[in-house]
Amino acid sequence: MTNIMATTNIAAQYEIAERRRRVYTGLMLILLVVLLIGGVRIAEDANSGSLLSGLPKVFDYPYDILSQAYARGWDFWSIPFSVQHPENGIQHTYFYYLIETINMAVVSTLFGFGFGSLISILASRNLVKNYAIVWITRRFTDIARAFPEIVIALFLIFIFGKNPIAAVAAIALHTSGALSKMFSEVNENADMKAWEGLEASGASWIQKVWFGIIPQVWPNWISYGLLRFEINVRASAILGFVGAGGLGQQFKTFVDWKFGADIASIILMLILTIMTIDILSTWARRRFIGKVAH
Amino acid sequence: MTITAHMKDLAAIYPDAVEPNRRKQVAWLGGLFFLIGYLAYIWVAFDVSGALARASMDRATLLALDSYAYKHHVELSMKSGEISVNLEGNRRTAFEVLPDWVVPVDGETRVDMGRGFTAYVSQTSLRVYDREDLIVDIEPTASGPVLHSEPHDWMRVAPNKIEGRPDTYVRFIATKSKITLQVYSTGWENFWFDSSSDLNGTSIWRAIGLVFSGDRIDPSQSNLDLVASEIWGNKEWQHGQVMHAMLITILMAFCGTILAAITALPLSFMAANNVNPIRFLRGSMKRTFDFLRGVDALIWSLIFIRAFGLGPLSGILALWFTDTGTFGKLFSEAIENADKKQMDGVNSAGAGSIQTTWFGVVPQILPVLISQTLYFLESNTRSATVIGMLGAGGIGLKLADAMRTGQDWENTMYIIFLIIAVVIIMDNLSSWLRIRLINGTEKSAL
Repeated sequence: MTNIMATTNIAAQYEIAERRRRVYTGLMLILLVVLLIGGVRIAEDANSGSLLSGLPKVFDYPYDILSQAYARGWDFWSIPFSVQHPENGIQHTYFYYLIETINMAVVSTLFGFGFGSLISILASRNLVKNYAIVWITRRFTDIARAFPEIVIALFLIFIFGKNPIAAVAAIALHTSGALSKMFSEVNENADMKAWEGLEASGASWIQKVWFGIIPQVWPNWISYGLLRFEINVRASAILGFVGAGGLGQQFKTFVDWKFGADIASIILMLILTIMTIDILSTWARRRFIGKVAH
Repeated sequence: MTITAHMKDLAAIYPDAVEPNRRKQVAWLGGLFFLIGYLAYIWVAFDVSGALARASMDRATLLALDSYAYKHHVELSMKSGEISVNLEGNRRTAFEVLPDWVVPVDGETRVDMGRGFTAYVSQTSLRVYDREDLIVDIEPTASGPVLHSEPHDWMRVAPNKIEGRPDTYVRFIATKSKITLQVYSTGWENFWFDSSSDLNGTSIWRAIGLVFSGDRIDPSQSNLDLVASEIWGNKEWQHGQVMHAMLITILMAFCGTILAAITALPLSFMAANNVNPIRFLRGSMKRTFDFLRGVDALIWSLIFIRAFGLGPLSGILALWFTDTGTFGKLFSEAIENADKKQMDGVNSAGAGSIQTTWFGVVPQILPVLISQTLYFLESNTRSATVIGMLGAGGIGLKLADAMRTGQDWENTMYIIFLIIAVVIIMDNLSSWLRIRLINGTEKSAL
């Protein structure tokens, strides 16, 4: 008897909780939709053209570029490998500039990885007992992560002139911030038994880190590093657009000059590069940590 | 002796553990050499030494100085002999009454430049004293200024222009037509009330005090209205416009991310191999995601700006397209990694295919979905700034404008601080929401 009473009671309670959950979910969804519609409307008001009037024109630009590219015939495919428009001061082939963009991404990822891994060890609560050091390094990573790359790049271009190192420094700073946060999370999840064993046999702090932690965490580090590399390839293309060299800078030039065939060629190169690097890095990550969760 | 014997036994059983691993050492060394070689190649290819040699450190110091300091200009016109004092060389901000550190003395004007430097300036002479010592003596003539004192290495002497900076905060420029003394003070001038405001020179604490004290400064409106509208309408710092631009940027990030998540969810089911049996459809969906991601926000924003004009709508569309690709990939992988047991259980209880998906898969991928969406909300705030710079408006465009003029670095710094603050707030907000919504089980997103 009491059993049945208790069961009905629990069922009623469950019903109430379930109803409350549904109401909350519904309210949140309504709020989301209202915010979304309101936001798009505000954006449309602030825009110089409206959504409806622009819709038929969406394909104008791609069509314009592609028809110019088509007009070049088979010659279009040789654009990346021969110097275009030398009369306008373009010195190298687009392929050369593509390599420059990729190099920007590689160097900045290397430096970001180096700094990020060093900082991450100091930012891990299980490895460093001094809370002041942990706190300071963590705030550093917060700030380094929050700095938009483009801002630092523009500052450095202002000081150094148009040069890839502006982009490299900017991306490297951001990368070291982003990676050290992820790395420190990996470090804090590391198994501490190896560390304790080394401590018991009298290892120094550096030995404990090198032999106790690094062997556990480096596959994850490499995986996150590769993920960052993908992101940095895009970032170096974009920073080139504001004057930091590489293919992005050439792209900006031709967008301004409206040379459709060159624009199409560069876009194609960028897309193919980004997709290739995505595929390669996904393959490499799977090799390093088995099946990657995402 | 026994230890060595043991070591020998061990070495016989586990040769790898005792003997140094030559192959590994060679690999390490080779990798190191490769890295050094690569960096050397980069040094040459990026022309790092050339860039370092060309780097203008003057610009860097000026930039750093201007970001936390402002300067008064004391200008003496050679033609009329008139002295005027203004802010940052802007004539609109000229003082009507000379400040107390600019004093006329025996046909000259004494300017207390701070840090122990005093300058005496007239149409016939410019003298700068470091406390008691005369360090600069310049005679302006019709053919240009003439230096009578010893030249210092902090001075630049040209036929028609002499300028010097005896201290970072003190600078003088003498040309044929005028003498300018620049006196730096630290801080952001007129941050709350601009020079045309009635409240100019009032500190923020006094302004807050005014709000609560009864006397109305302007009888037509309350002090609260006055203070708020004066701060909001500050012409030099443009608080109102900057905040509006910031809001537009957050809006772009929010709408772009949410729209992308909503679009990507159904599409990702079509791309997952454990839900969609049609191989061709799956493959084409996955390639579509790759394409959307590969084109990148930069190129999407160019296309949309052509169609919809400059503004945040184009930015939202660009973020929407790029992120639909990213979310599609992430979500479909999450669906593929979903545990099959739950689907089987629902299925065996007699659920149809839609019910199986809804009750068997969706609850499993919901944490990934929410955490990725929230993570991208934060990272898109940064992306929206970048796209804004390229023409989509918002705080990015404001920042680009502030940087382009190349003068008001304090305004640039203000906008940068604001962006960083907002990104940090969004970061904390999104991780707080993530933990609240997923009940603390989620470790790290991405």
